[in-house]
Amino acid sequence: MKFSYFPGCTLKNKAKDLDEYARKSAEVLGVTLEEIEDWQCCGGVFTTSKDEIATKLSSVRILKAAQAKEQALVTVCSACHNVVKQTNYAMQNDSEFADKVNRYMDDGIYDGSTKIYHYLELIRDVIGYDKVKEKVVNSLAGKKVAAYYGCLLLRPNTVMRMDDPENPTIMEDLIKALGAEAVVYPYRNECCGGYVRMENTEFAEKKSNTVSNSAKLAGADVIVTACPLCKYNLEKSGSEIPVVYITELLADALGIKEDNNGK
Amino acid sequence: MQRIGVFVCWCGSNIAGTVDVVAVAEALKSEPGVVFSANYQYMCSQAGQDLIKDAIKEHNLTGIVVCSCSPRMHEATFRKTAAAAGLNPYMVEIANIREQCSWVHKDMPVGTEKAIILGKAAVAKVNLNTPLVPGESPVTKRALVIGGGIAGIQTALDIADAGFEVDIVEKQPTIGGKMAQLDKTFPTLDCAACILTPKMVDVGQHEKIRIFSYSEVEAVKGFVGNFDVTIKKKARYVKEELCTGCGDCVSKCPMKKVPNEFNLGMDNRKAIYIPFAQAVPKVATIDADYCNMLKNGKCGVCAKFCQAGAIDYTQKDELIEEKYGAIVVATGYNPISMDKFDEFAYNQSKDVITSLEFERLTNAAGPTAGKLLRPSDGKHPEKIVFVQCVGSRCDACNEKGKEYCSKICCMYTAKHAMLTRDKYPDTDVTVFYIDVRTPGKNFDEFYRRAVEEFGVHYIKGMVGKVSPEGDKLIVQASDIIANKQIKIDADLVVLAAAIEPDKSARPLATMLTASMDTNDFFTEAHPKLRPVESPTAGVFLSGACQGPKDIPETVSQAGAAASKVIGLLAKDKLTGNPCVAHSNEMMCNGCSSCERVCPYGAITYEDKEFRMPDRTTLVRRIAVVNPAVCQGCGCCTVACPSGAMDLKGFANNQIIAEVDAICK
Repeated sequence: MKFSYFPGCTLKNKAKDLDEYARKSAEVLGVTLEEIEDWQCCGGVFTTSKDEIATKLSSVRILKAAQAKEQALVTVCSACHNVVKQTNYAMQNDSEFADKVNRYMDDGIYDGSTKIYHYLELIRDVIGYDKVKEKVVNSLAGKKVAAYYGCLLLRPNTVMRMDDPENPTIMEDLIKALGAEAVVYPYRNECCGGYVRMENTEFAEKKSNTVSNSAKLAGADVIVTACPLCKYNLEKSGSEIPVVYITELLADALGIKEDNNGK
Repeated sequence: MQRIGVFVCWCGSNIAGTVDVVAVAEALKSEPGVVFSANYQYMCSQAGQDLIKDAIKEHNLTGIVVCSCSPRMHEATFRKTAAAAGLNPYMVEIANIREQCSWVHKDMPVGTEKAIILGKAAVAKVNLNTPLVPGESPVTKRALVIGGGIAGIQTALDIADAGFEVDIVEKQPTIGGKMAQLDKTFPTLDCAACILTPKMVDVGQHEKIRIFSYSEVEAVKGFVGNFDVTIKKKARYVKEELCTGCGDCVSKCPMKKVPNEFNLGMDNRKAIYIPFAQAVPKVATIDADYCNMLKNGKCGVCAKFCQAGAIDYTQKDELIEEKYGAIVVATGYNPISMDKFDEFAYNQSKDVITSLEFERLTNAAGPTAGKLLRPSDGKHPEKIVFVQCVGSRCDACNEKGKEYCSKICCMYTAKHAMLTRDKYPDTDVTVFYIDVRTPGKNFDEFYRRAVEEFGVHYIKGMVGKVSPEGDKLIVQASDIIANKQIKIDADLVVLAAAIEPDKSARPLATMLTASMDTNDFFTEAHPKLRPVESPTAGVFLSGACQGPKDIPETVSQAGAAASKVIGLLAKDKLTGNPCVAHSNEMMCNGCSSCERVCPYGAITYEDKEFRMPDRTTLVRRIAVVNPAVCQGCGCCTVACPSGAMDLKGFANNQIIAEVDAICK
């Protein structure tokens, strides 16, 4: 099975683990991720101002590239996924926006028909947890793992449609499939502070620490996330337990994790 | 040729404000068949009706068109007017120039033009009308009440007291419903059981009332006055007529670990059980999911100890067929599931509970014998936070919760807060609210007492998050009047969950062909003028199945529904609707298309002998409509491939004539 794949900028430098382990694990699970050629940044943030077109064009290019290959698109970074999915939703549902965007496209219009999977959805909906269980060689039994969703992965729910934004299970289900114990804690879907760190470090640290302390208090050994910014904020704010990417945990269980990979 | 009179109503300024009624009356004067045309301020008034009657007599009218409001509003009125003047009531047509014209247009010329077109269509139709005579059908003098909560109980008692037989179908082993689970009732704080259980006893002992407990309605056929209902009596493995309710079986049953639904799973019951002490009927029921004897044949203790010999492990579900003249829906409500509201940590902490669970925790017959103790560790909670509107008044686009106000939560939360402060003055009680809505008799006074006399902290703002930390619940909320974020370390959090119709309501509505709104509440025939009747004739609504209601309101509606049922059952015969389908036997080829689409089972087939031109005979299968069962929906006329099926009063040629008139 082949899918178009959009890694995004951060996964090419700061978050190489997220990218590398995503691809390698996918291969083990029987899925090939074909990186889109000549991609640009997703746009970084999906601005809610309706006349802001420029930053959304690159997302449309990504979606269009996948459509041209007649493949569904897979993303893994929470922020990229959020921007690409919201852009696609706008292309489907906001005709004025779609019309403006299409005026910038030189080879035909894009109609919003590309199907987008977040890597977690790819595992849940395409690969299936049973297949994952089958491929686990290094069971994580005994490990207490806290899934950290942050805000971008699940919201707004009308667009993201990934899981219940207040009571998600998609990461916990994967953690369980890998043999580990999923630790549910109250702050798993709260904000890490995000970009606020740039101008109000103290505030962002407070937000991040609330999350990591909540996970620690619930008995977790490790926090997993799909978001480079969440990982950065939690670590920089001094999380007392390690924070790793969900793909790293996956690769570990599948027995393909190398030490010092790409660092 | 018909002699048609046209009567254009102003409806004050409702119609005349955007429709030039004089021009409409003038324009319709020249339509084929029209011999008289007039306009009047209020055609439905006595003077307006007299105008119609006089015109019928004076001009020998054979048909009339009233250009006015929706036929749902006054068709019956004008039919009576025509009948009083000696005209067949089915020679009256209504052109709806209010709801479908003046109310939706702002522009006088546009409104006027459309009103004329609608009038022309009605004239074209009445030209083809023929006098119709309704048939009569008998009334079965027995009512069915579906649901045995306070709504069903009150309706059944009122009907039975008027001398008619009533059957109550209740899916639980006992009647009583939600009210039986409550502790005190607002605003007078009398104990729910003290006022409910005497009524339950009355029902149990009433010679006119039969209770089918642990039963469900399986199928409904027929029509007003003549419903055929199939009731499924679920196997309870106890012979009701023998069981004395002594409870020996319950005390001896070794299966102790069954979640007790009456206490919302906060304690356990046995596999054989009587839901609560005052249950009616007071008969034990075996829970087949937990009984070892039924599951693997190993036990039989209850049968051994039952002195009445009432235990019957071989009992099967039983189907009962019964006839009714009227059906009352009293299926009630349930609190919504808290699964989608995990920001309040309901599934993460035992100490986050719903208000109904709080009722059980404060009820003397509840799991803690009425002592307010935390479910997690049995300690007395020192700080309690109540959260109102959990799942009520939600944004339509957030896809969880309900858009409507659940209506009862403000009052029961005030009650809980007040009673807590009264019994445990050392407890700190905070209520978060969007608005406090207390528009009932003595309701606002009650709420103010909670605040002023009992010192309950009311904070305007919503709770964003509840996080269990250690043995505390950190409640994060906004105080929108002080404009600040606050955190409270509570010991117990109580969620006022929105209420929704019982899950059985939707399939029941389908069986009854009764309509529902988007929230699965039953729709009333008219929101103001017929609030306890369903639009389906013979089906009535009682209690929270029609919308959120407190007990006083439920009881008034239950009584109102009963009076409507009594009015129906008091009649010996019902006049039917003559606008029914009939089949032209010369054209029918017996293909069964109509039978397949008929929702009422009104169509059957018979073999009929026809004489052919060459004097031979031919036997052909043809459709026959039972006019007493047909509701005139018209599905068959659309499905019929040969055009044999037609609807009296709405014949194919009449509809085509209307369309032609509109398109001319």
